Amino acid sequence: MRRDIITAAIGIIVFTILLGLVYPLFITGVSQVAFPGNANGQQIHIGGKLVGSKIIGQAFADPKVKNGKVVEEKGAVVTEPDPRYFQTRPSATEGGADNAAASTFSNLGPNGKATEEAIAEHIKGYLELEGPYNPGLSAGGVPVDAANSSASGLDPEISPANARIQAHRIASVRHLSLATVDALISKYTDARGIGFSGEPGVNALELNLALDRLTGVTH
Amino acid sequence: MTFLGWLTIVLFAVILTAVAIPFGGYLASVYTGKRVFLTPIFGGPERFLYKVLRVDPHREQDWKAYAKSLIIFSLAGWLLLYLILRTQEWFYVPHALNPLGFEAAPWNVTFNTASSFMTNTNWQYYSGETTLSYLSQMIGLTVQNWLSAGVGIVVAVALIRGIIGRTGKSLGNFWQDLVRTILYVLAPLSVIAAIVLVSQGVIANFSHYLTVHTVTGLTQTIGMGPVASQEAIKMLGTNGGGFFNTNSAHPFENPTAFTNFFEMLLVLIIPAALVFAYGRMTGNRRQGYAIYGTMMVMFLGAAAVAYIAEAHGSPAQHAAGLHTHVLTGSTGGNLEGKEQRFGIAGSALFDVVTTVTSCGAVNSAIESFTGIGGAVPFANLSASEVIFGGVGTGLYSILLYVLLAVFIGGLMVGRTPEWLGKKLEAREIKLAGLGILITPLAALFCTALATASHAGRESISKAATGPQGFSESFYAYLSQANNNGSAFAGYTGFIQPSAGNVGSHGVTFADLLGGFDMVFARYAPILFALAVAGALAGKRVTPAGLGTMRTDNPTFVVLLIGVILLVGALTFFPALLLGPIVQGLTTHLY
Repeated sequence: MRRDIITAAIGIIVFTILLGLVYPLFITGVSQVAFPGNANGQQIHIGGKLVGSKIIGQAFADPKVKNGKVVEEKGAVVTEPDPRYFQTRPSATEGGADNAAASTFSNLGPNGKATEEAIAEHIKGYLELEGPYNPGLSAGGVPVDAANSSASGLDPEISPANARIQAHRIASVRHLSLATVDALISKYTDARGIGFSGEPGVNALELNLALDRLTGVTH
Repeated sequence: MTFLGWLTIVLFAVILTAVAIPFGGYLASVYTGKRVFLTPIFGGPERFLYKVLRVDPHREQDWKAYAKSLIIFSLAGWLLLYLILRTQEWFYVPHALNPLGFEAAPWNVTFNTASSFMTNTNWQYYSGETTLSYLSQMIGLTVQNWLSAGVGIVVAVALIRGIIGRTGKSLGNFWQDLVRTILYVLAPLSVIAAIVLVSQGVIANFSHYLTVHTVTGLTQTIGMGPVASQEAIKMLGTNGGGFFNTNSAHPFENPTAFTNFFEMLLVLIIPAALVFAYGRMTGNRRQGYAIYGTMMVMFLGAAAVAYIAEAHGSPAQHAAGLHTHVLTGSTGGNLEGKEQRFGIAGSALFDVVTTVTSCGAVNSAIESFTGIGGAVPFANLSASEVIFGGVGTGLYSILLYVLLAVFIGGLMVGRTPEWLGKKLEAREIKLAGLGILITPLAALFCTALATASHAGRESISKAATGPQGFSESFYAYLSQANNNGSAFAGYTGFIQPSAGNVGSHGVTFADLLGGFDMVFARYAPILFALAVAGALAGKRVTPAGLGTMRTDNPTFVVLLIGVILLVGALTFFPALLLGPIVQGLTTHLY
């Protein structure tokens, strides 16, 4: 008994040093040297300013202004989609969409009235934004990724189908040809993992930055 | 459903098996004390550790001594972890290790977290990026990720030794097994896995949270941290506690479909290889193949059901007018709470991989799975995680089932049951029966308590009305009893108004009940498994005769699957009907 207690006490300290300090410091050190870009979150800087992480979704939205005042709800600024940009997926993070300091699931159940309402709301918003540029688009034509919240609330990608629909709006608002926008979508579509796993996705941040470069918008 | 979706599932099974067979041979060498190719590197550190720990590796332990060392060591780990988590604001300096100056979480939720990491559960009432400093993640959670995994593995090894032991009562030495597990098994795999993960985009840094000026001029804060080191051992040790709240759905933990595939392999590699190691250690590899076959049949069945159900979509989607079939450029299906890059198949398979094991990592919100899709993780947990199962725990749990199946088979053919030449008697069967039933008992008892009491119902999320509310509670205590840690995450035990724990408080009832659920259902079966090992260790081996029932052929696989399904179904079916199954059978919205 006494022997076990002594060994356990020494053991937990020794293992804490080895596995809790040496191991993470070693891995982090090697990563910082070998893969500095990845290890620091694939940050994208423009003109010395950090505009995002390539693999973290952000809201391409502007603060909602009513009577010359920014609208706030529960302490958070209410935003509305910026029509010049491809929109990322619905996000259920706390403290407003795409909060990368507090990732959260929507936790909406499969048979929930609340789930139906949330999905219906996302469909309505999508149709309001895209409908004018996609005549004939109805609820049945909305891709699921545009109506369902992502898991992390930080999904950086949208489905190619979703991007092709939004392309009509982008082309019209930015006075580009649809072919130009479609070519950009293809360029920023990530293929499936190892050729067969997962789904192809369009990286919204990269795509939007490319659009800004093309049309001369500075940040 | 798509062809590529099915291909992902099939190729995963093939690749896993191809890797697990040779790795199982390696594990068998490690635990029988043979020289392996890493001996020249780790032999020195191994001897050094014995010296520091004041351990004599040659001192043999019977089951009681083995269990005593294990319990005392676990307790020491619990105490230190609780202390670390409760005092994290004292470690504000050096700055980089607690850059946001997070305070400690309250005692009740810390009790739950410490119990959960000691037991390999990694239940997350807390949310990593808003609760824990980098130092707490490292010296607290990461350390227990290693040690709880090690404890699980050594129990399986001890049980195998008991089964094959021909002389005396010895099961080996706990400290030696633990040290060897860490050095020869977990360390090399973790280091390689962590580096591979970073090469694909998992982060590893000590930066302050990033402040981003977004493209449209908004401000976004992005949580950072030493993620890769923890991610690797979290998957390998079937722990599953995420660095971030959304676990492996977070792009910094699981950035691509490739990492998703890789992480799934990491989860299953040790549990799968241990089965082959068991075959080798018994001297008859077919014993291992039979168990592996049993597991694989049930695994593929679970994956298929989950994929079909999720690809079909949910009643809420259909009611809102959404079409959920596959379109050009859209995966269709129930994408609520799932990431675009993983799609339906990658999410359903990940969910099955992490709930058949005790991993409990998630790359999608299980609460948002369809009724039948959600019933799959329920069923996996109801089978007490014997389909591969947690590292070690899976093997020792299914070996108890094997014992039961041999006993039942023996009764059917009217002979004294024998297993690997040893006669099974009342004592072993009683112990195995208790070891099998104690986890379901804990799960159902806690669920009943939580659903029947006002205090328990407070944890149910507002949106979870009707059967979903029951599912949340049931899943919480089932998952904690099985030391899984995945969740219908709307169920809450921690109220946190803002990051850093100022003004936060735990839900005492849920925190404590869950904590006891985890500890009881972890250590009681361990003790029963070790007791079985002790009972078998000294038995004489009689050569197999013509009438001996074989445990290495397809007939036995069928019998074993039957026993597992029967025990699981009889225990849990009524409760499952009230939650996920009723939702799967109706399009009604609640």
